[in-house]
Amino acid sequence: MSGTYLVPLPVVVPLSVAAILAGLNKFFPRRLADIFAMAATFATGAISLELAFLSRVQPIVYWFGGWTPRAGVALGISFAIDPIGASFAALVSLLVLAALIFSLRYFDSVGTLYHVLMLVFLGAMCGFCLTGDLFNLFVFFELMSASAFALCGYKIEEPESLQGSLNFAITNTVGAFLVLTGIALLYGRTGALNMAQIGRSLGTHADGLVITAFVFIMSGFFIKAAVFPFHFWLADAHAVAPTPVCVLFSGVMVELGLYAVIRVYWAIIDGPFASHRPDLRALLLVVGTITALLGGIMCFGQRHIKRLLAFSTVSHMGLMVIGFALLKPEALAGLALYVVGHGLVKGALFIIAGILLHRLGTVDELELHGRAKDMPISSTIFLIAGLGLAGLPPFGTFLGESQVEHSAGALGFGWVSIVFFIAALLTAGAVFRVWAHVYRGWGDVRGAEKSGSKKIHDKRETRKGQPRPFEMHFAAGVLVALAIAVGLIPGLKHEAKTAALLMQDRAAYQARVLDHAWVPVAQANEPHESEMASLARSTAAAVLAFAFGIFAVSRFWPKKSVVSRPVDVLISILRKPHSGHVGDYVAFLTFGVAAFGIVLAVLIVR
Amino acid sequence: MMHFMSFFPYAIAAWLFVMGLYGIVTSRNFVHLIICLAVLQSSTYVVLLSIGYRWGGVPPVFAGPPVGTPAVDPIVQALMLTDIVVEATVVALLLALAVQLHKHTQKLNPDELEALEG
Repeated sequence: MSGTYLVPLPVVVPLSVAAILAGLNKFFPRRLADIFAMAATFATGAISLELAFLSRVQPIVYWFGGWTPRAGVALGISFAIDPIGASFAALVSLLVLAALIFSLRYFDSVGTLYHVLMLVFLGAMCGFCLTGDLFNLFVFFELMSASAFALCGYKIEEPESLQGSLNFAITNTVGAFLVLTGIALLYGRTGALNMAQIGRSLGTHADGLVITAFVFIMSGFFIKAAVFPFHFWLADAHAVAPTPVCVLFSGVMVELGLYAVIRVYWAIIDGPFASHRPDLRALLLVVGTITALLGGIMCFGQRHIKRLLAFSTVSHMGLMVIGFALLKPEALAGLALYVVGHGLVKGALFIIAGILLHRLGTVDELELHGRAKDMPISSTIFLIAGLGLAGLPPFGTFLGESQVEHSAGALGFGWVSIVFFIAALLTAGAVFRVWAHVYRGWGDVRGAEKSGSKKIHDKRETRKGQPRPFEMHFAAGVLVALAIAVGLIPGLKHEAKTAALLMQDRAAYQARVLDHAWVPVAQANEPHESEMASLARSTAAAVLAFAFGIFAVSRFWPKKSVVSRPVDVLISILRKPHSGHVGDYVAFLTFGVAAFGIVLAVLIVR
Repeated sequence: MMHFMSFFPYAIAAWLFVMGLYGIVTSRNFVHLIICLAVLQSSTYVVLLSIGYRWGGVPPVFAGPPVGTPAVDPIVQALMLTDIVVEATVVALLLALAVQLHKHTQKLNPDELEALEG
């Protein structure tokens, strides 16, 4: 098969360069480490992209050490690459590259260990996207988590940073153990760890063990994906992590949690669950909707810009869960496009927030009021990225969103469009409010000091006195431009749909992995749907979100009137559980796992 | 008896899991909390080992005994070793963070940290 020799490289290249940088830490000057890390990341991205192109023709199956399956029994460890997985690996590399460019001026005092962590993070995420082995998936999951914990707590002299990192690490580690227990249960039933093999052995009967294993695996990965009620760690981690790390957390890491659930579902669980899809759909739609709305409301209630963007990620994760919940190829295609569009836009927004911190030493919206009027480039990029977040055509987010909405409408869930609309209104509205406050100096913030979330003490991550951070703007600008380009590539929608069909075809997946079979890739049919409706709807949503954001800084915004009293009460109630206390988070997590299990069991057994 | 013994390890695993969770939720000290996480993790060891255990099986060393001798499953043992490596990494990292926290704030109680509310 063509391109086979490329397969291990997206993992091997970053990990080897990381090892070299770590081993020769003392001898590497900072700039050389920058170059090495960026070159390795670029190579990884190029290879991943090439793999995505090659796997369009036929997914690539690679057996490490030549341990190919005999008579349909797999003992070795495989990478099973399809376009969606490889594209996500390419997206990961792109965002790591942007983060590395952004951090050229960051962390002046440190050696090369930051680069090492970034490269390990990159290699682990790429492996996570490409692997076809369930235990291997867990190992990459843990590798990426461990490097993420270390990156999150990178500023070890700040108590907030340590607390955020501890909350992040503890909740996510509990999630990893849930995943492992689920994997162990599946192994106990099937005697296999290869996903195709487990899928084939498991058959089509959903019994208690399968439900339990799926609930454990899904909950564990949903913790990483920051889905309600597992999302609490996310805002803490984002508020304290260095800005370039936030780009990766929000842009791809969180989404990969959902990717793993989707991969495991379509490769393994859909066999037993095929006749229970409506039940699972109902559960996930509810969970996704709650996540989207809760994240949106919490996002609008923030004054710390990084925390605000973090809650916007929670909200968008909710929308992505809805995309998965529909369990349809069109929705999955939309979800994949949405992940790419959202990752690029969110990355750009975090970079702009990082520039604010770099220039002005804080990311507090109210403190920054009117102080960034002399930053026209930042201002423009922030505004455009906000429009992308709202799903304005032709951004990649719009392309994904319209597909998911269309698929939901076809299934009779037209109300999903309303959820998308409210989420856009709240999250993009909050971004526009920040823009109006910070870059325009509109509105009056006196007396507002006590409102909003608690103030977090931020420390500068850079030296003072570098007025024109060209490469920072460059990184953000390229990300936004790419987010628009994604929406304009002709035929991408069709490609995504074909890739989604590929990911959902369990029988063909098993034949390719276990029987060395060449199964022709089913092409998605080109539907003649009218785009005008969703085009108009998404444009209207973006415009309304902008108006909402501007309204929020105007003097007409009901600050102390009766109208906002219920809203205030609602926000303060919702804010309570976000206590920063890791014990509370784990309590919610336990409750969430139990609730998922009970609901699924009741729905399926009834 | 046989039936009871095959059920017993899973009960132990569930107990360890729940106790670990209880410890994490109620802990007033990060070091204690991190050790509770290790307790929680040890439940996965028990699950893995009991899944691979065969009654009357020999250790999975295939140089001596004749072909066809039942042996316990070596794969889960390999998985468990990986699991231990993972735990060592994560616990070491977490303890390092806790040490730093204590160094900078003289606090280890999650209840006393309020910086990240709301």
